[in-house]
Amino acid sequence: MTPVLPDGPLVDEAAGRLVRPYTVSDGRTRATSHFTLVTMVRATGAQTHGAFGLEHAQVLALCERPVSVAEVAARMQVPAAVVKVLLSDLAEGGAVVAGDAHPASPGHYARPDRDLLEAVRDGLLKRL
Amino acid sequence: MASSNDCDPLPAEVLPVGIKVLIAGGFGVGKTTFVNALSEIEPLSTEEMLTAVSAATDRLDGVENKATTTVALDFGRITLSPSYVLYLFGTPGQERFLFMWDELSEGALGAVVLADTRRLEHSFPAVDFFERRGMPFVVAVNEFDGAHRYRGEEVRSALDLSQEVPVVLCDARVQSSGIRVLLELIQHLLTTRSSHGTDTDQPLLRA
Repeated sequence: MTPVLPDGPLVDEAAGRLVRPYTVSDGRTRATSHFTLVTMVRATGAQTHGAFGLEHAQVLALCERPVSVAEVAARMQVPAAVVKVLLSDLAEGGAVVAGDAHPASPGHYARPDRDLLEAVRDGLLKRL
Repeated sequence: MASSNDCDPLPAEVLPVGIKVLIAGGFGVGKTTFVNALSEIEPLSTEEMLTAVSAATDRLDGVENKATTTVALDFGRITLSPSYVLYLFGTPGQERFLFMWDELSEGALGAVVLADTRRLEHSFPAVDFFERRGMPFVVAVNEFDGAHRYRGEEVRSALDLSQEVPVVLCDARVQSSGIRVLLELIQHLLTTRSSHGTDTDQPLLRA
């Protein structure tokens, strides 16, 4: 089975969009480092202030319910790195909250605690 | 972090924790099928930029090159509870992507290495990688129609797996089978957590 790609060609549009968010964010990619692909985010509903663009609005619309960075990126059809920049802007402006990443020591795999593992196990068992 | 402490505050604690599990294995071994069968959403694809250190197999002159490379990742979602959401990320299958796995592995709970008994050698790189990194993993033998059925122990010895690595048989097309594979991974994590390796026999279950 081939991977399901979003409608339409990715390349041109994505490449075109890639530049602008980075430019707008003035290269502040480091501020986004706490966002991982599985960081959960959610719009707060708070009034945004600041000059947010169309992409910011799209992100906000996509995270009315808790959703991961990866999902937002996939649905917007832009690279995750771009979404992290946009989310960072929105979080700074109070428009978005981000959950804690699953506690992992940087550069290594997660060392999960027993509670988490048991919760995952119970959740999976319910699916059987 | 949000500073909205007035109306309708949504503290970060309300948000579920996202958990990452990698689905690895050689090209064409059924990773996409596995993720598709388990995901509650239509599987999505995202592009992630990874720092790529040139692969060890590039033996040009031993000079390490660093570059960012974009790689497409397919993933699926399983909501386990209001507090936990599991994301399954298919790793890029080809060996030439191996050098990116370090970054992909960061923060992952563990991995499932899918294996096809007709092409077991395609799973060697994934097994090697996770062994070397100390990333917990299980091997799931995807039982393709028409493929010779091997016992788990035969697969274990063919892959030269240590006794503590669980080997399970599965059908990547079947949701309950995939769930059992994930359960085996979680059980493995719980076991290796409490005791340090050298357990009694690992149960060999048919997922």
